[in-house]
Formats: sequence, structure tokens, C-alpha cells
Amino acid sequence: MARITIDPMTRIEGHLRIDVEIEGGKVKDAWTTGTLFRGFEIILQGRDPRDAWHITQRICGVCPTSHGHASSMSMDDAFKVRPPDNGRIIRNMIEGAQFVHSHILWFYHLNALDYVDVVSALKAQPKEASLKKVQGKLKAFVDSGQLGPFANAYWGHPAYKLPPDVNLLAVAHYLEALQMQAKAAQVSALFGGRMPMTMTSPPGGVTHVPSVDDLKNYLFRVKELQDWIDNVFITDLLAIAPYYLGAAGVGKGYANFLSWGVFEDASFDPKKRLLPRGAIFASDFPKVHDAKPEDVMEHTSHSWYKNSKPLNPATGETDPQYTDYDSNKKYTWSKAPRLQGKPMEVGALARMVVAYAAGQPTVTKLINDTLAKIGHPGHPEVLFGIIGRIAARTLECKMVADSMEQWGLELIGNIKNGNTAVYADYTIPDKAQGIGLWEAPRGALGHWIDVDGKKIKNYQCVVPTTWNVCPRDDNGMRGPIEEALIGTAVENAEKPLEVLRVVHSFDPCLACTVHVIHPESNRIMDFKVA
Amino acid sequence: MSKKEEVSKQFLDALEFRGIKRRDFLKYCGATAVLLGLSESFGPKIAAAVEKATKRTPVIWLNFASDSGCTEAFIKATYPSPAEVILDILSVDYNETIMAAAGKQADEILANSAKAGGYILIVEGGIPTKKGHGMISNKEMLDVFKEMASPCVAIVAIGSCATDGGVPAAKPNPSQIIGTKEAMQRVGINKPLVNLDLCPVNPQYLVGVVVNFLLLGKLPDLDGFGRPKMFYAQTIHDNCERRAHFDAGRYVEKFGSNEEALGYCLYKMGCKGPMTYSACPKIQYNDRTSWCIKAGGPCIGCAERGWTDKFAGFYEPLPGVKIPGLGGVEAGADKIGAVAAVATVAGIAIHAAATAASGRTKDDGGKK
Repeated sequence: MARITIDPMTRIEGHLRIDVEIEGGKVKDAWTTGTLFRGFEIILQGRDPRDAWHITQRICGVCPTSHGHASSMSMDDAFKVRPPDNGRIIRNMIEGAQFVHSHILWFYHLNALDYVDVVSALKAQPKEASLKKVQGKLKAFVDSGQLGPFANAYWGHPAYKLPPDVNLLAVAHYLEALQMQAKAAQVSALFGGRMPMTMTSPPGGVTHVPSVDDLKNYLFRVKELQDWIDNVFITDLLAIAPYYLGAAGVGKGYANFLSWGVFEDASFDPKKRLLPRGAIFASDFPKVHDAKPEDVMEHTSHSWYKNSKPLNPATGETDPQYTDYDSNKKYTWSKAPRLQGKPMEVGALARMVVAYAAGQPTVTKLINDTLAKIGHPGHPEVLFGIIGRIAARTLECKMVADSMEQWGLELIGNIKNGNTAVYADYTIPDKAQGIGLWEAPRGALGHWIDVDGKKIKNYQCVVPTTWNVCPRDDNGMRGPIEEALIGTAVENAEKPLEVLRVVHSFDPCLACTVHVIHPESNRIMDFKVA
Repeated sequence: MSKKEEVSKQFLDALEFRGIKRRDFLKYCGATAVLLGLSESFGPKIAAAVEKATKRTPVIWLNFASDSGCTEAFIKATYPSPAEVILDILSVDYNETIMAAAGKQADEILANSAKAGGYILIVEGGIPTKKGHGMISNKEMLDVFKEMASPCVAIVAIGSCATDGGVPAAKPNPSQIIGTKEAMQRVGINKPLVNLDLCPVNPQYLVGVVVNFLLLGKLPDLDGFGRPKMFYAQTIHDNCERRAHFDAGRYVEKFGSNEEALGYCLYKMGCKGPMTYSACPKIQYNDRTSWCIKAGGPCIGCAERGWTDKFAGFYEPLPGVKIPGLGGVEAGADKIGAVAAVATVAGIAIHAAATAASGRTKDDGGKK
């Protein structure tokens, strides 16, 4: 039995190590390790609560806005303030642009190189002048002998299936997508001041009343993004998919899905969000269960903390203790969260599956059309795995961009009718507790705040990648990525491309994952749910 | 055709291929000179330097205790775009967020680069010094830093985490994270260092330093904190688009108010612009789409050393700023700038002494 260690795992955010054991050409066992610890929650203690939404954005530079929003929502809850309708809409707009940016970046720059062979693109015989130009540039680049970020990769691996012409098209769009993700971020910046690290969504709503110029800029930029998503992004997915349909079922994992829901509805009902709240368990798919924060427990028996019994984040007890890497005992800084005792996959696929099962009309149509196109009508379960995760992010990107146009028109309608309120004032109570449950592009995100003496007494986050990249729990049950790796065929242990595909399909973000604890004091955090 | 002419022709062909005419190119170089604070007459010199360069300068980009926000910021750069920087200007040989290679193959790239040397080292994130709190390829991050800093020609520390540990090094600094300068002292490395404080780095600052280095063969002039003077010589308040309202005593007192829509000053909402040195109002963000204060977000001072603790209570008004119309004069705010500059110099001396005496990162138990 051969053991492969991939460290650093690249084309993700942050520091991740992957270990797999291969037997008979297939992954027999797997371990995921978060190798960086920072400790944000303890840094937050004692501070002005309003600072939290800025500080927690620094948990993750890829999805800062989601952290900022979850944080402000936890305070909206704690301070009993509801943002005015325009505040709700503008937060959705800033968040939506981040989703679009993140999914474009993931598809083209983080994930695509597992499927697109850059060197093979040199053999293409393009007819179009623009593609000839890209090929010429690529050739000059390769001839220079300085391959930069494309050096020493798995080019020529037999698992690359695209013909040279499709590879070239994808390389051309890789470059184009670099511009488009930046444009999507500009939309966040338009209302957020800058991206990453937006500045305008404190508790109570947003700070700024949009001008006519802002709104015009917004709509035309969104239009440009929509056009590109429809004509390039979706088209690329359809061009590439037929060559990899054989991968359906690869990386399936547990097929338990959790979504807290994202993009607030006027009713503020989380089940009516554009992508609604809910949980799906493989055992009784497609039944949608209520997803409740009190059903979350975190395990630490395989993480670098002193052991305790599983606890809800609201009563989280964390006590770090680094011991060397030992995959039989403790091997990661990530804890292991469970919902009703089950490991849960989170992310775009989880959101789409929950929305589909709940009958959300746009999602139902998108998924049904996709299933028909790939020849599996009526069988959404074929999407459970790496192919489904790719498709879900692409379809979600389209859906969110289309909704952004709607939100813009809704906002303009409100302003036309004389409703310009974007912010509701509040006073910070002496004591208060609140929860903000939201979604980052990578999945379910929760912030819990406890205020005492108008200062933060305690703060806890349970973030997307912790759900996905977590280790085994107290019952020895693997984390979702670990489980998804089991059975993956690996052709060449020296070049474990297939392993990368499974891990990348979850779009891991390690900075988010690891940050819960008090490293010095061994103190138990006595946090109570509101 | 002489060798020189041939190189020149190849270069012009390459430009032509990308749709850039020679005249445009010279124009760009002139504009770049202006950006760098030089006279436009430097343009031709810059053009000549570019034409001479045959090999792209290698860059090793290491992420330590960061959230990759500076990588994210960098790929939002425009003119040059990240694609141009990566493919045409530099050879980004190692950056874990974008590189195709992983694991063993990525390690090989680092090892080969360390052997070859001659690269610019970009550091993103601070460096944890508690055992096991930050590991890459089963090595402590401080060891990785030492290995890769020794053979480099210069270090650019991007973002507050890289300069002084940033937000995760705020009290009580749970992983005992240190900045690049301190890491260099700890492992005994002496290299030219440029600090680009900001959270996250403004991508145009990074591009500006790189362009300066490539075109003029030297690092930009630095202030006492090792920051380029071209980006950190003035406060945000000095150049703020809402400054006239400050001077006239017109303030926003509630977010989303009419006063906010009219662009009044955000001082009373906690703006840290008067004490924060950065060219944000001039260069702005995301292809000049906006910047914090323009969008109605009071500055949180994220370009200043230790900003998370220094400015804690981000929405509380800065103490000691004299407000025009309330017995103070405009000079009040300018004085704040001057006082801050003095404090900056004193801060360096205190910092150096404290480092020498105790090795800075003492845990104060989380009490502020």
C-alpha cells in the first residue's frame, strides 16, 4: 500500500495537507489537515462589537464580504435592529458580486487546470484570429523557458481528456476570466468601497445612499457579467463536460447537504431566501429537513485540542494543544462539526440540492435542463460528486448574476417611490446575544456573538471549509472530503491528479477553517445561545 | 542587422503582436514615469530599460499566516492586469494560490529557485512562531522563510500581516505571529525590504514597486517604516474628497442620512483618515471604481502599523482632532498629521528598544 502526501495542496486558499493511501490503484483511506492556526475568536474578545464585522472579514480574503455580513447579521439579531429594505437589497448586491467573482475565479483559475492541459493547447489548429493570437502568446511563453505558475505540473497526464482545440479555448478564457473576476469585484467595490474588505455593511444596514451614477454603473456592469457568463462561462462548461462525463459519481462522498441559505428575502424568512435554508440527508433524500444551529456539535478528538465531549459552538470549549502529526490520533487544526451527528457537505452543490428539493423554481429549471442535457433526466443524484460540484457553481453563478439585475431594479423602484432608507440606527445593549447564519460562496457560515458590558464577551464562527475539510469525529467517521476521496482511481501515484480533482471540487478555503480557541489560558468558553 | 537592433526588433514585434505600437509604448513609459513621481523625460530611459530586459524577473510569492486577501487584491490590478504581470512582466514561479503544480512538484520548484537565487521574494501574511501553528510541507513557516529569504535579491512584504503580523497578531496574538522585518532579524537575514502596509495591499502599490524595481533597477525611496514615500507620504485626510466639508464643519452624524448622500465628512462616524498615511484617495481601489470613504465607509486606518489595536473602536471619533467651527481651525487636523509623524519616528525607536529587550510579542492576556 502506497501513501501519498500532498503538501502544499495548491490552487486553494490557505494551507492544506492531503494524505491518501492507495491500494490496487484506488484511494483506500484519506486524511485532510489544516496546517495554520490564527485564533480570531480570542482576538475579538473585549472589543467593541461593531469592530467585529471588519475584523472577521480578515478571516478570509476570498469571501470577506460573507464573513462581514454574517457578523453584522449576528449583531442585527443581538441589537434587535432590522435593516431597511434598501439595506437588505444592497447587502445582497455586494454579496452577489462576490459570489460571481468567486465562482469565476474558482472555475478558471483554481479548478480548470485539473481538466485543461495547457501544453496540449500548443497543438491546436485554430482558425479564429483571436485564438491564433492566444496560441502565439502561449508559444512565446513556453519557448521562453520560464513557465511561471504553469511549471512542473501534470501536463500530458492520461486523465486529461480534452482535444487540443478545446484546451486552447479554455486557456484563452482563463486569461479573459482573470479580467472578468476583477470586474465582478468592481461591482462589490461600487457599493462596498473596495474589494476585498468591503467597508459599508455595518449592523443596521449599509452606510451609503446610492446615487444615480452608482445605479447606472451597477446595472451596466451586471449586464456585462451576465453576457459573459451566458456566452462564455456556461458555453465552456458545456464544451468541456462531454469529455468528462465518465467522472460522474467520482468524489461522491456522504451526500448529506447543509445550507443556511443566502440572499435575504423581503420577509427575512431564511426559508424564502433566494437559496433557502435546509438540510438533506442521503438516507431520506429528497426530504428537506429544518437546519437548526442548536443541532450543530463540534468534535475535537482528532484535532490539535485537548479532548472534550462534542459541544455546540454556542458552548464551545476549545483548548489547543499541538502534538506532532499522527493520522491515527491527532492530525489537524480543524475541528469536526456535525449536524444531528452527521458529517455535512456544504457549498454550491449543497445549496442547489436543498433548493431543488425545496422546489425553488429557478433552480429546479436549471437542474432539470442540465440533467436532460447530460442524458439523466429525473436523476439529480447523478450530480453528487465532482461533476455536480462544478456544474452547481456554474449554474449558481448565472442565477446570482441574473438576480443581481433584479435587485438593482427593485432598489431603483424603491428610490423612485421616495424610499431612500438604507440604515436603521440602534443602541448597543449592555448584554445581548445573536446569531448570523448565512452562506459564503464555499458554503454554510455561522457567526455567534455574545455581548456583555457593551463589549464582546465571546465570539464563535463555524465556517464552510470546516464542514468540508474536517477530520474524523469522535465516532471515527471521516470528514466529507476524506470520505469523497475513498475509491478514487489514481493512475500514477507520483502525479495524483485525480486526488486534486476531488479536493478542488470542494473549493477549500483554509484560512476560514481554523481559528477557534484560546491558546494560552485553557479557559472554557461559556457561550450561551440566544 | 546588429545584435542590438535584432533584439530591439524582436521586442517591437512582440509589442506589435499584443497590439501596442511603439509610439503608444513610449507614451505608457512616460505615464509610468509620472506615476513613479519622476519627470516625464524619464520615459525614454524606461523604454530603453524594458527593451534591454530579455528574461522576466523571477518572483517567489510565499503565503504565511494570511487570508490570501493580498493575492485576491493583486489579481484585481489593472494596467497592467494580473495576466500581463504574470505572463509578460514577471515570472511568478511560486504562488500556492495560482500555481498548477502541487505537493512534491511544488516543493521542487521552491528548492530549484532557492538554488538559483536572484528572485524577488513577496511575503504575504505574518509568521507564527509558536510550534506547529504554521506549517508548509511539514516545516515551520519561519524555517521556510529563512530558506527562501537567503537567496533572494529583495523582499516585498505586502499587507499589514506581512509587515507586522496584522489582524491575527492583534492582542493577544494567539499564534505569536511576527512581521517580515522581525523575522529577518530573528533568522539573521539582511536584505532590502519594502513594506506595503494596508489591509489588504492596494494592488497598484505592489505593481508600482515592481515597475520601479524593474525599470529603474532600484527600490523606491522609503520612509522610516520601510514604506515607499510615493504611497505613504501624506495622510488620507490630506487628499480626501470630503475634506472641504471637514474644513467647513459639515459632518455626517448618521449613516444613510442626507448628509451622507451629500458627501459630508465622516470624521464623527469614526474616520481615521487624519491619522492614516496612504494614497488611498488618489489611487483608490478596483480600477478606481471607488474607495472606502467615497462609498460612505469611514476609514478604519488599516494602513497604519498595529491598526487593529491602535484604532480599536473603529466607529468612535478620533480623540484630539480639532474640529473647525467648534473653536478649532483647519490647522488642527494638519497638526494631527504632524504629531502622528513625530509619533511614528518615536514609535520606531521604542519598537527597536522593545524588540532588543524582550522580543516583542508578549501576551497581555487578551485585556485591552
